[in-house]
Amino acid sequence: MKYLIKNARIIDPSNNFDKVADLLIEDGKIAKIEADIKAKDAKIIDASGLVCAPGFIDLHTHLREPGFEGKETIFSGTRSAAKGGYTTVCMMPNTNPTVDNIQTVKLVKEIIKKDALVNVQIVAAATLARKGETLTDYIALKKEGVAALSDDGSPVENTEVMRQVLIEAARAGLPVASHAEDLKLAKNGVMNDGFISSKLGLNGISNASEYKAIEREIAVAKETKTPLHICHISTKESCELIKKAKADGIKITAEATPHHFTLTEKECEDFSGNTKMNPPLRSQGDAEAVKQALKDGTLDAIATDHAPHAPHEKEVEFDLALFGIIGLETAFPLAYQTLVESGLITLNKLIELMSVNPAKIFKIPGGNLAVGSKADIVLLDLNKEWIYSKDEILSSSRNTPYIGRKMKGSPAHTFVSGRHIFKEGQINEEF
Amino acid sequence: MTDKFIWTKKDLLGIEYLSAAEIEHILDTAASFKEVSTRDIKKVPALRGKTAANLFYEPSTRTRVSFEVAEKRLSCDVINMDMKASSVLKGETLADTGRNLEALKIDVFIIRHTYAGAANVLSKFVKGSVINAGDGKHEHPTQALLDMYTLREKFGKIKGLNVAIIGDISHSRVARSNIWGLRKLGANVVLCAPEIILPKYAREFGVKVTSNIDEALKDAHAINVLRMQFERDDIKSFPTPSEYFKNYGITKERLKKCRPDIVVMHPGPMNRGLEISSDVADGKNSVILEQVTNGIAVRMAVLFLTITAKRGENEILN
Repeated sequence: MKYLIKNARIIDPSNNFDKVADLLIEDGKIAKIEADIKAKDAKIIDASGLVCAPGFIDLHTHLREPGFEGKETIFSGTRSAAKGGYTTVCMMPNTNPTVDNIQTVKLVKEIIKKDALVNVQIVAAATLARKGETLTDYIALKKEGVAALSDDGSPVENTEVMRQVLIEAARAGLPVASHAEDLKLAKNGVMNDGFISSKLGLNGISNASEYKAIEREIAVAKETKTPLHICHISTKESCELIKKAKADGIKITAEATPHHFTLTEKECEDFSGNTKMNPPLRSQGDAEAVKQALKDGTLDAIATDHAPHAPHEKEVEFDLALFGIIGLETAFPLAYQTLVESGLITLNKLIELMSVNPAKIFKIPGGNLAVGSKADIVLLDLNKEWIYSKDEILSSSRNTPYIGRKMKGSPAHTFVSGRHIFKEGQINEEF
Repeated sequence: MTDKFIWTKKDLLGIEYLSAAEIEHILDTAASFKEVSTRDIKKVPALRGKTAANLFYEPSTRTRVSFEVAEKRLSCDVINMDMKASSVLKGETLADTGRNLEALKIDVFIIRHTYAGAANVLSKFVKGSVINAGDGKHEHPTQALLDMYTLREKFGKIKGLNVAIIGDISHSRVARSNIWGLRKLGANVVLCAPEIILPKYAREFGVKVTSNIDEALKDAHAINVLRMQFERDDIKSFPTPSEYFKNYGITKERLKKCRPDIVVMHPGPMNRGLEISSDVADGKNSVILEQVTNGIAVRMAVLFLTITAKRGENEILN
């Protein structure tokens, strides 16, 4: 199928391109970007007023399959991704079984082949069963097509093991992502440590539980001279540490989630399980620091940490609620409103944070509109305004604190390898 | 009734959520209910035909009994549920328990729970009234209301009183509810304990904080002595019971340095010889048993106001 996207504002930050033009998709690839392309047999998409960008890439997605299909599946999660403008998601290994061996990778690849609507990159566990003890077989995992390594959710506590992880990952050519958390400091905390946790009588998770762990990660990355990506940054101190580490030439990259720069700990005041995540929603000062760090390049990417949970796992006492919220369908509007509409960063910069940089960090395809590359494309309607509702959610789960929020800016079309999978706000199964 | 205050809140989840006028209205309503318990026939038909479910997820004797007495004196039907022995053990969530009880047409849920916010969560899933009877370290609103009622009875008003709260404040829902209520009604509150059991960020409640007991008791009109819970395993580095008694225990000797009319309160159950000496607990400054009596009137008021709130039937008592 040939598609001709007409009159879009085409933004391709990696090629410094930002112009109104046409884009022709042929054989699943970007065939041409020019003014006024003529292609008789192509299906024409009038994209006047829309922005055409490289599809978003999420470095941090929990697809829950295999093992937790009641929360999400690769089928539902990738449809949620397509609606959010994502053409690639990187799935975390905390499934059941854990993705820590090639047999499980093979199983996951089969499900992906059968059910996935967007590209799915597999992040395998850095240690067996994510226990932080024994390294998984990096060379074999790499050969099987794994994109990166992470024990997400369970930090590698033993520094010597972390050192080995980084050295061995570098040898295998695999990026490593770290969920940096000092579990002894976080203890039994359930929300940000502060006056609000104190008045609610909930146990706090201090900023130190994050930044102390990041200090350690920076030290290990420095010693081993290997790159390390740090997940979901939530505190001001973490931003300062990363900024300094980068200035010192240490190969650190880092991401932030939309919830950490759009919401604060105040959301927890009504004890809703949908405001419970790890790292927790922090103070206003922390949220501001995260925004500034996204602007000044301290933080390289926006990732969702899309973490689906069933209602009965969230509609419970705050202490018992599971950590995490869904995020694929809200990431772009939230980031657009909070960062671009507010004048903090340009739209081009936002596309770098959501597409260009994630591709570079995990060294995976996508993140540009180079002629000849796979047509992984999103068309954005920046003027669309709507109220986010439960009924529109394509994820199998509904655990989000954003229901009822006024949104602006929305993906209107998504193409993966030239397949028109998301079309005028609807999933298109007959691409 | 003293005025035509329109009560609109169907739930009592915490004192934080009440205005000063609402607190005063509960206390006024309680005053009119207090007389009921002095009658030969201790019953009014105010809540006849209503059903209360007492959901106690945590052991409690005095609060549960006080609520039950209050319910019965209002002619409310009472269902006591021992949640430890119920479907909770079979994995039923709080939301499902609420929905199922609602299907039995329960009008008010009184909930005591180990976890903070349990009453807030339950209130999202039931249409009936929810009264928090103590949730984790969060709030224990009826306890604070009966404490304030007792103070008001003694001093005529709360505004301008100096109230010292002494003991394990970081773990205390009683302390949190009292802080909110006393601050809203214009009292000066001082918290006193070894620093390790003071809540973090305590000053942000708008209170004075000290670890010096003499400083806390100086000029105090009233002290609220909290139960020390040495069985908690998250305060391992805590001073020993004997050291605590020596430095923070409320004794006759300590009271000698205080205002002669100082009022001594304790939410119970007491550890005699630990946070309070027997001669103080049973002495002339103690109002501990009056608190228990007042608890019934306050809980009658809360039950009546919350149950009738949504129906707008707030005008007549009996």
